[in-house]
Amino acid sequence: MNYYLSEELNDIKEICAEIAEKYIIPARAKLDEDNKFPREIIKIMADSDLCGIYIPEAYGGSAEMFGGGSMALAVATEELSKACGGVAVSFAANALGAMPILLSGSDEQKKKYLPDLASGTKLAAFALTESEAGSDAGGVKTRAVKDGDSYILNGTKQWITNGGEAQIYTVIAQTDHSRGARGLTAFIVEEGTPGFSYGKKEDKMGIRASSTMELIFEDCRVPAENIISREGYGFIVAMKTLNMSRPGVAAQAVGIAQGALDEAAKYASERVQFGQRIDSFQGIQFMLADMATQTEAARALVYSTARMIDAGERKYEKESAMAKVFASDVAMKVTTDAVQILGGYGYMKEYPVEKMMRDAKITQIYEGTNQIQRSVIASALIKETAARGK
Amino acid sequence: MRIVVAVKQVPDTSEVRIDEERGTLIREGVPSILNPFDEYALEEALRWRDELGGTVTVMTMGPPQAEAVLREAVSMGADEAVLLSDRAFAGADTWATSHTLAKAVEKMGNVDIVMTGKQAIDGDTAQTGPSIAASLDWPQVTFVGFVRELNQNSIIAERYVEGGCEVIRSSLPVVITVLKDANTPRLPSLKGKMKSRKIEIPVWGREDLELQEDEVGLDGSPTRVVKIRTPEIISNGDIHHGEPEVLAKLLVDSLLGREVE
Repeated sequence: MNYYLSEELNDIKEICAEIAEKYIIPARAKLDEDNKFPREIIKIMADSDLCGIYIPEAYGGSAEMFGGGSMALAVATEELSKACGGVAVSFAANALGAMPILLSGSDEQKKKYLPDLASGTKLAAFALTESEAGSDAGGVKTRAVKDGDSYILNGTKQWITNGGEAQIYTVIAQTDHSRGARGLTAFIVEEGTPGFSYGKKEDKMGIRASSTMELIFEDCRVPAENIISREGYGFIVAMKTLNMSRPGVAAQAVGIAQGALDEAAKYASERVQFGQRIDSFQGIQFMLADMATQTEAARALVYSTARMIDAGERKYEKESAMAKVFASDVAMKVTTDAVQILGGYGYMKEYPVEKMMRDAKITQIYEGTNQIQRSVIASALIKETAARGK
Repeated sequence: MRIVVAVKQVPDTSEVRIDEERGTLIREGVPSILNPFDEYALEEALRWRDELGGTVTVMTMGPPQAEAVLREAVSMGADEAVLLSDRAFAGADTWATSHTLAKAVEKMGNVDIVMTGKQAIDGDTAQTGPSIAASLDWPQVTFVGFVRELNQNSIIAERYVEGGCEVIRSSLPVVITVLKDANTPRLPSLKGKMKSRKIEIPVWGREDLELQEDEVGLDGSPTRVVKIRTPEIISNGDIHHGEPEVLAKLLVDSLLGREVE
């Protein structure tokens, strides 16, 4: 489908496609096998000016050129994800880490941190999840206790994407245990801060090129000026961030699905059984037709949501959740069917579709499980219905 | 440092078909690209500009559509571009082409280095670079695989030749032709792509370069292509295995039998 992307958005697409072809596709199987962060590839993306596409020009980025950062980020993430969901999330997780500063930070914080992220000199990560706080963000146990002009952080964050690779971390900690979610506060913590260290690196099912790590805070002193927004506003900062970043996960899912569809369609056009190409069999044709339709529908939803955000719409929680839940379910279905079409070959590591299937799974889980997304959608729906009833 | 990179638009394959009657390449239907060897020259120029400061100007001689490769070079980071285009330039051989390119370098003024790929993948002559140097009466270092040093006064470059490497120091200005060993060309950047759409590319014709009609194009070209053909394989040769003494005798007998002097 032609989405009539602007010339500037097409530039992003073209550059990402070239990086994918020249650098990601030749490396993806090895990165996956070795569980290795793609530092060189991220450096190439930075050199191509991709790291600042969602950051305003005032802070060293180029978001205005694309009419806002959401479509830019969606287009880039999708294109990279066609080749490798792990490399793509390593890129996109920077935006997730930067988003709290971008959306809720002070001008001083933006000036201090965003230019280095826009240039790719530094990477960012967002740290909310803990062993007992995932979907239930209010369960955060990491504590921040005020001590003069600073706060002392203690606790462990888990499954942090870009952990150990990023230099700037936005960390959600508990400043008032009695208030639950209302007692959370967002902090900026830089790598090298005394008391801040890395724990174990996770061995994951998919997106293995990305780094997923524990962050450990032991009497880690963070200046009060590093609070994003205000004390007690951490939950709001986190929710605003996730609402904004979900179309990115959805774009990742669309890219993974498209990558798998392309592989399956190509394979079906070459594979001969019973003396004919297997794409001449209706059983395969119908599968490919459904995969293509679902992927396109997911893309249309993601682009519509991203364009809505770029247009300045302030309420997009529901659409953002819809895009994420739909696209990720599509990615899981399409990659599973791609493996099926490739048959025994699809199950082998010589072909990329088994990795795509493993990569797809996480999109149904992270940045809010699809069950949480459905709760978000339902509660928005109930509110809308109630408002109409009045 | 002012660096000029001479580039060429070429067909996107080294396997273009030949029009045997006219003795020319059939370019219709073949997409055009920036000559791959010129990308290494451009990357080398961009690296030294990034390190030393200055500007990189890309130029090409060709029809108006050759502008596309200049825009591509700008998207990779070139600062300026110049297109040498004039009906009078048509049919130029490497002599007339390099003479025209050299005139453009003179017109730009204050150029420290001209860089170009070791050869173009269509003509494969490797003559244009050296010939620009001859036309400008500048020193030249061809087949450069590594530039060790470059400053305002001199260059030290490694020249990869069959069986070895020559290290050459030259004063500036100089012309160098670059091998693929020299670097890995960068990808276009977003800012480069945006700039490449907006940049105005001046077009210089014969009169702008103060060239006479008999110095350019077909009239200025001493080369005449008499015939162009794909050579036939005459013999596949023989391969023998065995002890050196036996093989030596076999070889001598074979050569004597063929009446080789």
